[in-house]
Amino acid sequence: MKSFSYERATSPAAAAASVATRPGAKFLAGGTNLLDLMKLEIETPTHLVDVQDLKLDRIDATGDGGLRIGAFVSNTALSANMHVRRDYAVLSRAIQAGASGQLRNKATTAGNLLQRTRCPYFYDTNQACNKRQPGSGCAAIGGYSRQLAVIGTSDACIATYPGDMAVALRVLDATIETIDAKGQTRAIPIANFHRLPGNTPHVETALTPGELITAVTLPKPLGGTHIYRKVRDRASYAFALVSVAAVLQPDGSGRVAFGGVAPKPWRSDAADAALSQGAPAVTARAFDGAQPTTGNHFKLQLATRTLAATIAQATTSAKIS
Amino acid sequence: MSCVAVPAVGANRAAPLPPVTMKTSLTVNGKRHTVDVDTRMTLLDLLREKLQLTGTKKGCDHGHCGACTVIVNGRRINSCLSLTLQHEGDRVTTIEGLGTPNKLHPMQAAFVKHDGFQCGYCTPGQICSAVAVLDEIKAGIPSHVSVSLDAPMRLTNSELRERMSGNICRCGAYSNIAEAIAEVAGQTA
Repeated sequence: MKSFSYERATSPAAAAASVATRPGAKFLAGGTNLLDLMKLEIETPTHLVDVQDLKLDRIDATGDGGLRIGAFVSNTALSANMHVRRDYAVLSRAIQAGASGQLRNKATTAGNLLQRTRCPYFYDTNQACNKRQPGSGCAAIGGYSRQLAVIGTSDACIATYPGDMAVALRVLDATIETIDAKGQTRAIPIANFHRLPGNTPHVETALTPGELITAVTLPKPLGGTHIYRKVRDRASYAFALVSVAAVLQPDGSGRVAFGGVAPKPWRSDAADAALSQGAPAVTARAFDGAQPTTGNHFKLQLATRTLAATIAQATTSAKIS
Repeated sequence: MSCVAVPAVGANRAAPLPPVTMKTSLTVNGKRHTVDVDTRMTLLDLLREKLQLTGTKKGCDHGHCGACTVIVNGRRINSCLSLTLQHEGDRVTTIEGLGTPNKLHPMQAAFVKHDGFQCGYCTPGQICSAVAVLDEIKAGIPSHVSVSLDAPMRLTNSELRERMSGNICRCGAYSNIAEAIAEVAGQTA
């Protein structure tokens, strides 16, 4: 690990200013992803700004009936929160489907949004990777791509956004609140938060240098049946091959987002609109234009089947209740 | 995309900093320590290298295996993925703080009784994790396999296996580990 200096910020604006003005500085929240990458020298910050004292660890009701989740709220605390369990169960379930108990205790809401891909070529510093080293090429294209993306990719990168929580946040239309070095705040819809790779796969989010996430807000509850269904190579503690976050209404309408298939949580209005016509109609629209590799082509059929199982589960649980 | 010569990772940054040290204080197994550490020192390395508490093990050093699991302020974490400096004022409990050879923690005694290990390398992490899992169930924290988010949490075998999935045992002593934990929880696996 490269050497770095360390400070504990005392306010969100001061944290943002510190990272914006010091070259090579980064925020440190839980650190579960950042430290892993620092040990591999994939991340080489020269200064860490620890945000644990910023009092960003609260979950509060908003004026319009929604919920405001502090950036530093742990995954465990968020998934166990009674309001989240009652009104946003898809979020609770998505978080429980990811990582391990130890990691969920430490990982934070903002950190989880910013976690980086687990593409094996990103992690192997002997391999070409445009995300890790812009301009070096992409060893994943033509390589081992079972876990990698089938849509939203480019000739420069086929990495997947690996998380579960953000897929649920996408289906709930969450908003990311930030503050920058000048103390300016803004709200970024989650649909616009993660970026597709294009020619700049190292630019992963809409955040500007030094911009700090302070909270994630959820609109008022949608009702309906909330399901997060994740398919992976083992039953626990593995990243998704395909996941489905769904909020389904009794009349068959609803919303659906897919994880494990793209560089960001994947959702489209056209796909949502087809929900009452069944899973194949939805995935035909959601994955229109997909460019799978021979190693991950199976994800297209898997996505349809996972969604079909999700819809069937919603129908069953609606009958029970 | 063609391959071009590029500088090594991080080489576009300023020259590497010399090691930086900082002072911090934390409580480990009830004892207050003030330490001067390299900013890079993980909690795991602090425990093992500075405080000579070598019960906590370094397995993968990347949060995959759970051998380094300790309990911080009542919650289990991977000590390998946490900097010492993040733990100013924290209360850390390691395997040495749970019990002693003469006065085993009930979870330690149950692991011995049920032969919940072979080589023993993952065992301190398994035991710290298991103790915390029982507290998580008591606190009503739901898991991926909990049937309902509303009903009280119960320690079924599937709950136990899901909640312990962050602790890998290369010897494969899982069924005995499950029996040991179930016994302490007052249930049968």
